[in-house]
Amino acid sequence: MSLRILAIDDSLTMREMLRQTLTEAGFDVVLAEDGIDGLTQLPDVAPDLILTDLNMPNMDGFGLIEAVRAGDVAPRVPILVLTTESAATLKERARQAGATGWITKPFDEHSLVSTIRRVAAV
Amino acid sequence: MRSSGFATDPDIRELVAFRTAGQDFCIDILSVREIRGWSRPALLPHAPSYVQGVINLRGAVVPILDLAGRLGLEPIEDKDRNVIIVAAIQNRTVGLLVEAVTDILGVPASGIQPTPDLASEATRSMLRGVVVQDSRLIRLLDVAQLLPPADDAAA
Amino acid sequence: MAGAIDLKDIFFVEAEELLSALEEGLRAIQTGAQEADTVNAVFRAVHSIKGGAGAFDLKPLVNFAHRFETVLDALRGGQLQPEPALLGALLHASDHLADMIGASRNGSETDPELDERVILALEAQAGMGGHKEEEAFVFEPLALDGPFGMDLSALPLASLQRKVVLTFRPHSGAFASGHDPAFLLRDLCGTDEVEIELDQTALPAPGGFDPGQSYLGWTITLQTERSDRELLAVFDFIEGNCDLHLEAEMETPPDPDGTLPEPNRAPSPVVTASAPVTPPPKPVAAPKAPDAPAATSPQPAASASAASTGPRPTIRVDIDRVDRLVDILGELVIHQAMLTEAIEQSPGFGSVEVDRSLDQLRQLSRQIQESVMAIRAQPVKPLFDRMHRIVREASMAAGKSARLVTEGENTEVDKTIIERLADPLTHMIRNSVDHGLEKPARRDEIGKPTEGVVKLSAAHRSGRIVITVQDDGGGIDRDKVRQIAIEKGLVPPNAELSPQEIDALLFLPGFSTATEVSALSGRGVGMDVVRSEIAGLGGRVGIASVRGQGTTLTISLPLTLAVLDGMVFEAAGQTLVLPVSTIIETLRPDIMMRHTLGRTDSVLDVRGRCLPLIDVGAALGFRRTLKPGEGEIVVVVERGDDGAIALMVDGIRDQRQVVIKGLEANYGQIPGIAAATVLGDGSVALIVDPSDLEAIGPNPPRPNVFLAAE
Repeated sequence: MSLRILAIDDSLTMREMLRQTLTEAGFDVVLAEDGIDGLTQLPDVAPDLILTDLNMPNMDGFGLIEAVRAGDVAPRVPILVLTTESAATLKERARQAGATGWITKPFDEHSLVSTIRRVAAV
Repeated sequence: MRSSGFATDPDIRELVAFRTAGQDFCIDILSVREIRGWSRPALLPHAPSYVQGVINLRGAVVPILDLAGRLGLEPIEDKDRNVIIVAAIQNRTVGLLVEAVTDILGVPASGIQPTPDLASEATRSMLRGVVVQDSRLIRLLDVAQLLPPADDAAA
Repeated sequence: MAGAIDLKDIFFVEAEELLSALEEGLRAIQTGAQEADTVNAVFRAVHSIKGGAGAFDLKPLVNFAHRFETVLDALRGGQLQPEPALLGALLHASDHLADMIGASRNGSETDPELDERVILALEAQAGMGGHKEEEAFVFEPLALDGPFGMDLSALPLASLQRKVVLTFRPHSGAFASGHDPAFLLRDLCGTDEVEIELDQTALPAPGGFDPGQSYLGWTITLQTERSDRELLAVFDFIEGNCDLHLEAEMETPPDPDGTLPEPNRAPSPVVTASAPVTPPPKPVAAPKAPDAPAATSPQPAASASAASTGPRPTIRVDIDRVDRLVDILGELVIHQAMLTEAIEQSPGFGSVEVDRSLDQLRQLSRQIQESVMAIRAQPVKPLFDRMHRIVREASMAAGKSARLVTEGENTEVDKTIIERLADPLTHMIRNSVDHGLEKPARRDEIGKPTEGVVKLSAAHRSGRIVITVQDDGGGIDRDKVRQIAIEKGLVPPNAELSPQEIDALLFLPGFSTATEVSALSGRGVGMDVVRSEIAGLGGRVGIASVRGQGTTLTISLPLTLAVLDGMVFEAAGQTLVLPVSTIIETLRPDIMMRHTLGRTDSVLDVRGRCLPLIDVGAALGFRRTLKPGEGEIVVVVERGDDGAIALMVDGIRDQRQVVIKGLEANYGQIPGIAAATVLGDGSVALIVDPSDLEAIGPNPPRPNVFLAAE
């Protein structure tokens, strides 16, 4: 069974890129447009991993991570954040919110998959 | 695969020959979409006299030109007995009203001769050359020239 | 992957949406919006563009967007105030960003010097001048900064195999953050020779085990060529959620005090009782759906608000598919008309069942038509949004101060019409700024606010779309217009012209009132082009002006380009169609109502109102005079602006939906004719454009035949 990933990004381009890249890498991908959308889909998707953008409308990545960690649907699912910068402050905030790790944009398939492998059973 | 003998020879051009105003003409078969009988067109306001109007061709509105009139010859009278050659000219579909389609010719490129000086200047500009077949002189039309530029459209 | 959508295309489509969100947000801030949401949305738009541009390696775009974003970030953080000058520079940068994306879409680039000038101007305005080269934004490939704030670059690189001993003990917080020590150990080991020792001394007594807690630690001894830096990088994600200690022998000296700073976490509970060996807890696996029924979703409030505020689900459909549907629908309407005609001539006609079925068929096909048109309909907002920039640029170029106000942006119009409106609307807006508005000094003199207002509005009105462009400028100087028209030979010097007729002169080819040719109107496009473009959409343009108060241009358009309600009538032996939407009334006038003006012009007195009377057959050149029994019916139709004209026809056949077929593709535009249609018997009927009919007059202009499809 392939790993099921919930990928959350408000950018259509990014979503489509994640969908194509992750599907080609053999993952099962479900997309969401923002934190609220991701949370709404979470129970049905039951992902093995969440990939999320940080800067999003309605509910941003930090809010999403905190909500997932505080909830009881999948509080311990690995969550990787997608950041444009490798700014240490953002990473630290994400970590404190409960993120498992991060992926720096732009990413290629290799860096994406190898980072996923670090935190989930592939 | 087409079985017709000359179609496989790239040097041979297939031409649709027809008569109108007592003269023989032909056009390249590649520009012919279909040949159909006369149906009464809707008149177009303020159109040149050789524009007969427009007809419905499977949902498309297609103008009909009286070819003889367009070439400055005697316009066709008894339209009910005549035929319309539907031709694609550049990006447009146009119906050419002629007396009758007579033949389909296979002519080698060498069989097309320059237009002799017997035609009027107006007609000559619309011809590409002539083909002599069974001692008949058949004029090869340059269809692109049939659609006039704006300035003589209302002539 | 079959049917993979080109990501770059998606990026450009999205970038367009982001650009308009950016511009809209900036404008909102300009008009006083203070909400953090607005500033955030603006920031996010630039941020997303940067992200996408980075993915496609569009370096100039990334650099520009990054510096732009930095300024917006300062605005967001309150270090900058949204002062007018800063907003001007932000809008200018936003316009330039749009240009850069446009260029990139076409595979080219904007002038790098210009890029730099624009962004420098913004940075200067933001007080961020002196942009340093080394600050230029570069994407890092993958984060490699070391955990625990250690300066890893200070650590020498290992080149030879050596022995490294790591002790690692995750905190309970590590599991809460989704970490699984198993993966860390796997990554740490790599292909090296490894010895791992499990420290389970902290395991609680049976019964006291809490899977959420961390009881285990490991000591890993590696024979490795990897540097300390590489080894520690494995743990960068878990930094702060574990105790980690690295001790290396030989080449690489250990870090100064040998331990890593203790993170600010409560220490794991330590239980010293011995316990049976258990595998490391694996609390990472997410509980699957059965454990978490949707009803116990942890964020009911969040879900509810998503349902109420989130966008309705939509699908993206290839426009070709919709167009195909429209074509088929056209055929359906024609065949329905054919069927109706056939039934009316058959013996079964008149039976109630047949009648009712036909009626239902008609209604259904109309419903399908409305539904299909609704698919194609889009709000005019994106089109209107683009006009703000036009006003900005036009007013800057003309040395004027102007602001665009929009109204009715959610009015929906057929997609094709929207696309084809962009050019004429752009020109009309430019024209309003250029010729309509007075210069600020002049406005000040006459007591108007120095900033002129151009109002752009859209509305549905009796089955048509009405778009108006209204300026609060000086209005049309009719004496001047008349003078110019005479000088240019457009009207005879002695012509008696009504104010409306003078205004209409502006639409004549070759007319331009600008005494000084401005940079903008010197583009060789006149209002005549606007008029013919609108006419090509089956619409008409009207103009109204009040001296000193401004000018209003009105475009009236059909809702769709595919089908219209038509009245089928006869004139001079021809079957023709009039759009029902233009018809005010039909009547059978008596001789007393008709009056002749001059030699040929006739007017019809309809309840005291004199309307120009036009014989359709003659206006279209099908006849010169009326025979007995002809022209006995009059149809009163609307003219572009408020007025009406009376059309003489020979007979009215019926009213029905007709499918609009363009004449341009195979023939050309004909004055007085909007398009053609196919009737139930398969014959063609022309659709008359009544407003144009009057303009033809006794000397019809030459039709521009066979030219449209170049």
